[in-house]
This record gives sequence, structure tokens and C-alpha cells, in this order.
Amino acid sequence: MALIELVDISKSFDGELVLDEFNLKIKENEFITLLGPSGCGKTTTLRILGGFETPDTGKVLFNGQDITGLAPNKRQINTVFQKYALFPHMSIADNIAFGLKISGKSKEYIRDKVKYALKLVNLSGYEKRSVDSLSGGQQQRIAIARAIVNEPRVLLLDEPLGALDLKLRQEMQYELIRLKNELGITFLYVTHDQEEALTMSDKVVVMNQGYIQQMGTPEEIYNEPENAFVADFIGDSNIVPGIMMEDRVVKICDHIFPCIDEGFGRKKPVDVVIRPEDIIIGNPGEGIIDGVVTSNVFIGVHYEMCIEAAGFEWLAQNTKSYPVGTKVSINVIPENIQIMNKPQSEDEEAMALDD
Amino acid sequence: MKKTFKGIYLLLIMLFLYLPIFTLMVLSFNGGKTMNAWVGFSLEWYEEMFNNRQIMEALWNTVTIAFWAATIATVVGVMACIGINFMKERHRSLLMGINNIPLLNADIVTGISLMLAFLLFGISLNYGTVLFAHITFCIPYVILSVMPKLKQLENHTYEAALDLGASPIYAFFKVVMPDIMPGIISGFLLSFTMSVDDFVITHFTRGAGINTLSTLIYSQVRVGIRPTLYALSTLIFVAVFVVLVIVNIIGNKKEERKDL
Repeated sequence: MALIELVDISKSFDGELVLDEFNLKIKENEFITLLGPSGCGKTTTLRILGGFETPDTGKVLFNGQDITGLAPNKRQINTVFQKYALFPHMSIADNIAFGLKISGKSKEYIRDKVKYALKLVNLSGYEKRSVDSLSGGQQQRIAIARAIVNEPRVLLLDEPLGALDLKLRQEMQYELIRLKNELGITFLYVTHDQEEALTMSDKVVVMNQGYIQQMGTPEEIYNEPENAFVADFIGDSNIVPGIMMEDRVVKICDHIFPCIDEGFGRKKPVDVVIRPEDIIIGNPGEGIIDGVVTSNVFIGVHYEMCIEAAGFEWLAQNTKSYPVGTKVSINVIPENIQIMNKPQSEDEEAMALDD
Repeated sequence: MKKTFKGIYLLLIMLFLYLPIFTLMVLSFNGGKTMNAWVGFSLEWYEEMFNNRQIMEALWNTVTIAFWAATIATVVGVMACIGINFMKERHRSLLMGINNIPLLNADIVTGISLMLAFLLFGISLNYGTVLFAHITFCIPYVILSVMPKLKQLENHTYEAALDLGASPIYAFFKVVMPDIMPGIISGFLLSFTMSVDDFVITHFTRGAGINTLSTLIYSQVRVGIRPTLYALSTLIFVAVFVVLVIVNIIGNKKEERKDL
């Protein structure tokens, strides 16, 4: 049974619909991430779960019980806020002990628990420090410690790494995965950073404009995006219009590519997603389409190149550099071609594409 | 050249500001009753002041009214701020606009209208009506100094406290109040000074027999001023000066600790 269930949740602010008949099931001990651009309704979903917003319609079920109207302080859910929200006039120990004191735990229990929580977030010995004396990353870890000492069933995290620099963010990602495995708490994570979502989650929910666009494991989301929005939002991609000639054959830019998708029908217009790292660059004539390199940027791990071929500008990534002006050919192996249905109506298109 | 000019300019300003007060302080120690001749050092006016029941009563009234008015206005004002803070933007700005009207309104209008209102409802003017009037005009100052602090919080710490299991009231006293304390204190001090300073509104709402320092001094000016009032004014000035120095020292110490 699902631990948390959101049933037909709708919510609007000042007449603007943020969530529309939203449904989501979260299992016990799952790391689930809501991923989407700002304004897609992911934070609102989180706030409804935390009890800080009441949905206009719909129900929130916790362990099968309706908690839609329950006050935040009565829920077995704790939140790590985007801006840490530590209490500046209290010591680190008092910050962490805040929830425990309210639930009336004994002094010894609180002291041990604070010590344990600090050890868990690698900040042992910081009890007496003031909030101001900590760096952003340390403050964030205290905020996490403060939430988990209460042993919540569910931990909500609202873009907790948003304010940290890249290096620290990557470190914290591994810390969070470790914490989740050690504690066995369900994590519901909200972010607009696709890398964070793919690294940490068991399940990713891609959202846009109050709708779920796709739900699945990180691999599914990355390798088999269901629509252009997901393909575009998760990683870089070439989204090319094509025609499905028959099963396992797709025509892109008047060139025939073999693929592995079936069941789209014959001569049906489709969208084709090809990841830049999946484009194989070769000498002219060796691949399926010939073209010319029009730009080349070194971005660290690899070179990012634009290749003008058959009237389309292809984004390609390769560890080998091809200077601008080089004549090349491009090829893609069948497994790396992902076929998507074209949006059937304008409504669906609005759903799929970020305005 | 530029430096001497700067020095002279500063000296002139200081003279304009402090020479009158200095004169008053010197005269309060003058032995005679005259204002234009130094007769000799004496503390007789201070003695007379402490033995003058009228003055002591007025001093007591001033301090107690200021204290209670500031306290009650602070409590009411803080509660109002919490309410206003939870309102929608449009209602909030409307209310803040209304809050500004009493601040800009002429004291004389406030005074007369309060007096008329008291009389209309058959309330006889006394200590209570003065206190009530002072609370009324102090509340907007409290709201004005607490509101910005409350807005700075952006509700994050409040929500975090609720999230950790605190009831709304516990969360307010434990988390929100310490954060807005500077605003509350400055609101209280502002109210206290406004109340001590006020003459016009007090004059219209005090009725017979109740005097604060300002109304007492005013009534004595009409019959001829006695040097006891110099002594009184000197004492008030010194008291304010000492409070200011203490507040500044505490403030500096706090800042230093923050820097560490």
C-alpha cells in the first residue's frame, strides 16, 4: 500500500491554476523526486503535503487516512526548507532539539539524539556553535539534522541544495542518498535540477504546468522520454520531426534510419529524440547523413559541436574534436533513436511544451 | 582654511543646539530668582522641586502614563502586525495606509476629537482618558516599527517551527518574537518618548486636577516661571542623556560580538 496518496488535488492562486487534478502515490522508503521548471506546481505539491497549503479540491491520504485538513504540527512529516529556516537566536543544539522538546522527550534522550544527528550529517561537536558561524552547506546539513531527529515517516526536501556551489552540491547528493539508506525514511525531493533528480532518485516525476509529464526510474526518464517536454528538459537532445515508415524504420530529414520502436503505424508523423552523445561522427560517406561542423565548444568532459546536415542543426558531443568547417557524416545506432507520438491536439501541445 | 571653516561651522551648530540647554542648567544652580544675574551656587531649587507635591505628582503621572501607554500599545500593535501580515497584499497596503493617517494628522485635531468622543459617551476626563488617548496615538508607531521586521522573516522560520510540531502560539513566542524583538523594543521606546513629549492631546483629554509635566510647565508659564522648573528640566535632560549613553554602549557591545 502506498504510504502517501494525493488524490485529484487541484489548487489555484489568484485564479491561476497551479495543480490540476493531480494524482500521486508514494511508497514507503522510496526516494521520489518532483522535477520541473519553476512554476510547474512542484513546491505547491510539497506544501500541500506539509500542511502549509490546503488544496481547493482533492484529498491527501497518509497511511490510508485523510489528512487534508490536519495542521502541519500534527503531521508525521518534516520538511527541509529551501532557505534552511534555522532559528538564528538559538544554538545549533537548540535548533536540532526544537522538535524533540515539543514532544516532551527527556533531557538525556535529547542530548544523545542531537549528538547522533550531528554525527549523521558529519558535524560532530558543533552543538554550541551559533547559526551565523556556519557556512551555507553546514547550515543545510543542520536543517536536515533538525528534521530527521524527529524520526518522521516522510522527509520533504524543497530544493535544499539550490543555494550551494557545484562541488558542495555533488557531495551533498551522496550524503542524502547515504542518509536515506541509513534511516529508511521516505524522501520526497523537489528540484529543477535534472542532474540532482537523476543521481539520487528511485523514481522521478517530471512536472510541467500542474501536470505530470512522465513518471519513472531515472533511466526510463532519460532514455525513453515520452514527449518533447521531457526530452528537452532532461539533458540536451535533438528533437527532430520524422515519419514512421513502418515498424523499426523511421525517415528523418529524408534519410532512412533503422530503429527499434514498433506499433506507431505506417507513414505516421512522429517526433524523434536523439541524445547528442549518441551521435556517431565519422568521415563523409561513412554515416547516414553528410554535414559540416558549424561550431565547436570545449565544455570539459567533451566537445560540444553543431553539425549542419540535411537542413537540420544537430547537437553532437564527442571526446574527439572536429574543427569548424570539417566535412563529416553522422550516424546513430537503432537503440539510441527514441520515437515519440506527436501531440494530438493543441491542448496536449500546451501541456507538453513549456510556453 | 577649509579645516578652520569646517571647525567654526560645527562649533556654531553645537552652540545653537546646546547653549540654550546649558544656560538652563547653569541657571538651575543659581541662588537668586532672577534670570539675568548670577547670584551664587545653590541647590535650593532642586530642594524645592522635590518638596513640591504638584511637580512630583506630574512627574509620576508622566512616567506611569508613558509606561502603560507604551506597554499596552506595544502589545496591541504587535498583535495587529501579525494580523496584517497574514492579509492579502491589497488589504495589507490599505491598512498600512490607514495606519499612517493618525501619524500625519495634526495633534490638535486628534486631541479635540478624542475629547469630544469621551464627552459624547459620558466619560469624565481623568487619568484614564489621558492613558487611553496616549495608547491610541502610540499604536501606529509600534506598527510602523514592527511591521518591517515581520516582513523580513518571510514566514520561513515560523513554518519551520510548525513543521517541527510547534503550535502556532508556541512558534510565535519561541521563534518569531525573538526575531522581531528589535522592532518591538524600538516601538516601545518610541511610544514612551512620544507619550512623555505629548502636550496637545494630553491638554484636551486630561480634565481638571490631572497634570503631566508638559501641561504643568505650560500652566506655570502663564503665572510666571520659577527656577524649580529649570531644575526639573535639567534632571529630565540628564536622565535622557544617561539612557542614550547606556543604549549606545549596549548597542556597540552587541555589534562587536557579532563581528567576532
